[in-house]
Amino acid sequence: MTKRTLRNLQERALRAFFLFNGIIAIVALVGIFVLLLTSSFPAFREVDLFKFLSEKIWDPTAPDIPLYGILSQIVSSLMVTAVALVIAVPIGIGVAAYLSDVAHWRVREIVKPVIEVLAAIPSVVIGFLGIVLVGPFLAKISGRTHGLNALNGAVLLAVMSLPTIISISEDALSAVPSAYGEASLALGASKWQTIVRVKLPAALSGIIAAIMLGMGRAIGETMTVLMATGNARSFPTGLFDSVRTLTSNIAIELGEVPYFTTHYYALFAIGLVLFLMTFLINLLADIFLRKYQEHEL
Amino acid sequence: MSDQPKIEAKNLDFYYGAKQALKSLNIACHPRKVTAIIGPSGCGKSTFIRTLNRMNDVVAGTRVAGDILVDGSSILGPKIDVVELRKRIGMVFQKPNPFPKSIFDNIAYGLRINGMAGSREHLEEVVEKSLVEAALWDEVKDRLKDNAFALSGGQQQRLCIARALAVEPEVILFDEPCSAIDPIATAKIEDLIERLKSTYTVVIVTHNMQQAARVSDYTAFLMLGELIEFDETKKIFTAPSQKMTEDYITGRFG
Amino acid sequence: MTSSSTKKIRQALGFLFLRLCLALVLAAVALFLADIISRGSSSLSWEFISQKPRRGMTEGGIFPAIFGTFLVTAVTALLAVPVGICAAIYLNEYAKKNRLTRLIRLSIRNLSGVPSIVYGLFGVILFVNMMKFGTSILSAGLTLGLMTLPWTITASEEALKTVPNSFREGALALGATKWQAIRTNVLPYALPGMLTGTVLGLARAAGETAPIMFTGAAFALPFLPKSLGDQFMALPYHLYIMATQHHDIAKVRPLAYGTALVLIIFVLGLNLGAVILRYRLRRRHKRF
Repeated sequence: MTKRTLRNLQERALRAFFLFNGIIAIVALVGIFVLLLTSSFPAFREVDLFKFLSEKIWDPTAPDIPLYGILSQIVSSLMVTAVALVIAVPIGIGVAAYLSDVAHWRVREIVKPVIEVLAAIPSVVIGFLGIVLVGPFLAKISGRTHGLNALNGAVLLAVMSLPTIISISEDALSAVPSAYGEASLALGASKWQTIVRVKLPAALSGIIAAIMLGMGRAIGETMTVLMATGNARSFPTGLFDSVRTLTSNIAIELGEVPYFTTHYYALFAIGLVLFLMTFLINLLADIFLRKYQEHEL
Repeated sequence: MSDQPKIEAKNLDFYYGAKQALKSLNIACHPRKVTAIIGPSGCGKSTFIRTLNRMNDVVAGTRVAGDILVDGSSILGPKIDVVELRKRIGMVFQKPNPFPKSIFDNIAYGLRINGMAGSREHLEEVVEKSLVEAALWDEVKDRLKDNAFALSGGQQQRLCIARALAVEPEVILFDEPCSAIDPIATAKIEDLIERLKSTYTVVIVTHNMQQAARVSDYTAFLMLGELIEFDETKKIFTAPSQKMTEDYITGRFG
Repeated sequence: MTSSSTKKIRQALGFLFLRLCLALVLAAVALFLADIISRGSSSLSWEFISQKPRRGMTEGGIFPAIFGTFLVTAVTALLAVPVGICAAIYLNEYAKKNRLTRLIRLSIRNLSGVPSIVYGLFGVILFVNMMKFGTSILSAGLTLGLMTLPWTITASEEALKTVPNSFREGALALGATKWQAIRTNVLPYALPGMLTGTVLGLARAAGETAPIMFTGAAFALPFLPKSLGDQFMALPYHLYIMATQHHDIAKVRPLAYGTALVLIIFVLGLNLGAVILRYRLRRRHKRF
């Protein structure tokens, strides 16, 4: 009897221990949110929240009146991300469709590791390539003195989000029941028609999830845009402008800002904005992802 | 003494969520006899046998009502030591499930986790005895260190029987033990069951009526979770009292 | 023109487009790697990887950065690997389908989407300031560890899923307790897969810059760190410095290329190791 109570106690203790480790994930997520919230709160004693989000000028070290508007940064982040997706989405879906429905399995065996290599390249290396390779190339073809601008960042982010978009889209396409495709082929549709009219629509929610996840990654990416986009504070007017995104701004200023000043807290407020943006995007991705996984059953 | 059933299900109900899988079953399994549970797929026969060693506890969202007695005392409810119970009531599964260890370690596994291993000599003794009892010893005695996956399907299933015997159970439950192996291997396992009943109480679930007729002393026929008929095997297969039983054993459905 | 030949032309054009997409991606990877390798390999030497930087980082090697990256990755592993494996054991072996489980899973998915710079901010508040670890290897490693956690959990759970249920049931039916079944009949077979996935996660962490920038990585240090409370140099941050913050960027460009190459070798080496491990173990365990 005592042996059994001891054993039961041990089993329960172990279960509780493993549960505790699982709960760390919840604590971490809530902790990030709460600490960002409390750390950005002091900023709003001096800065108007509405102005923070709607003013274009960010100049916290201005001698007379410091300005804390992050609209330029929000627009820069969105612009770079949007252009990156315009480039990456068609290419990514194209590659995914090719791999899932056209390519010989041997091609797939070779291409997949290559894409894994791409996913493994650290963002700081991609940023470096933006400075030494892609930027100069863009400067040359556009006839400008340098290529550290929004387009450069967008091209690099496109490359970086490709692995995410490709792998999740491919999963979604492969999850389409083969009967759909076979039925279409049996009706005399070509393979191409089958891909475009049957498989892509059937895999749509998974592909949307892939795009959302790629978008979340792009908007939160720091090193690449920090190194490649030039970081000018002005409101962006075009793709060849130097831009400073939300992530770059934190990275540039957090190292030099005096601790516990309004400026310091304002940087955490930017972090909070980023957190909420990506949280929302990921939540949406999750909804679409679950939709296609249910579909699969 | 022999009048008391080894295992007795009393008004046993079982639910998967809202779906009732067993409806008020009353079945008694007698010591040193083979009780067969037959019926069409989905009739609840596997569910029934898995309640006898509380294997269904590990399936989420299940609920059991009524009672199961082993040697006259209930094995349901939270107070029962499930671990101890499963040692007393061994189980052989539908698909042979050897562990990816050596043949020796497969048999020794149950002894080791139950703290019954003792000395190396004792362990070797029990392993040999179990393999002999499961009629596998002659085929594997020279390669006890080989991985169990190297054995054929039928040998694997006998290994699983030997593994169950090693912890000295009182009852052995067979959940469709021959559904995944060939006819010759099946015949060997049927012989084995025949011999095991001199020592153990055996309950076997099978979808194969000939098998039930060959190996069992008692047969229970289940349909959609209900017990249609339970009697001596001879009677069930020669003069069933229910029309439905007769239709099933003569192959009119199922 | 008949409709069937239009169909054929359309299909040919369509497939051409798909092949172009693939070619573009492959070309980008090839171009990136070729550039780093061709221009970085001339800087690569024994001196480069074994010496400290000299003369304001215009000469010498990057040993402190390699050393620092190893150290910080070790701290990362210390947090992310055990917690990741234990959380995965809970999710795959114990968790029931209830609200708490869903909440844990939702948190994990969202943690993996939190931007790396936000982890950096979190590390500054929690580890540097609140816990008073200062800017140190410990703070940076813990920050990276937290960021790596969702990857190690997911990878470990995938590994646990590959162990057939019959191993668990077989052990339980012999009178094993739940933990005995997990410890003796599940973990040994999941462990190799767990390690593979974990190494992949750590490789990603080792290449991260944003989370360590403000939690412990240093611009340049004359000495190697002596304890976990010291600041450190790290390969990714060193590359960032050499590429954008150095006073003579043009002069140190070859060193930046060399650093990029070493970082890539480091990260891809870990990846390759993990993939080889996975391949070998898959062959060995093909039987179940």
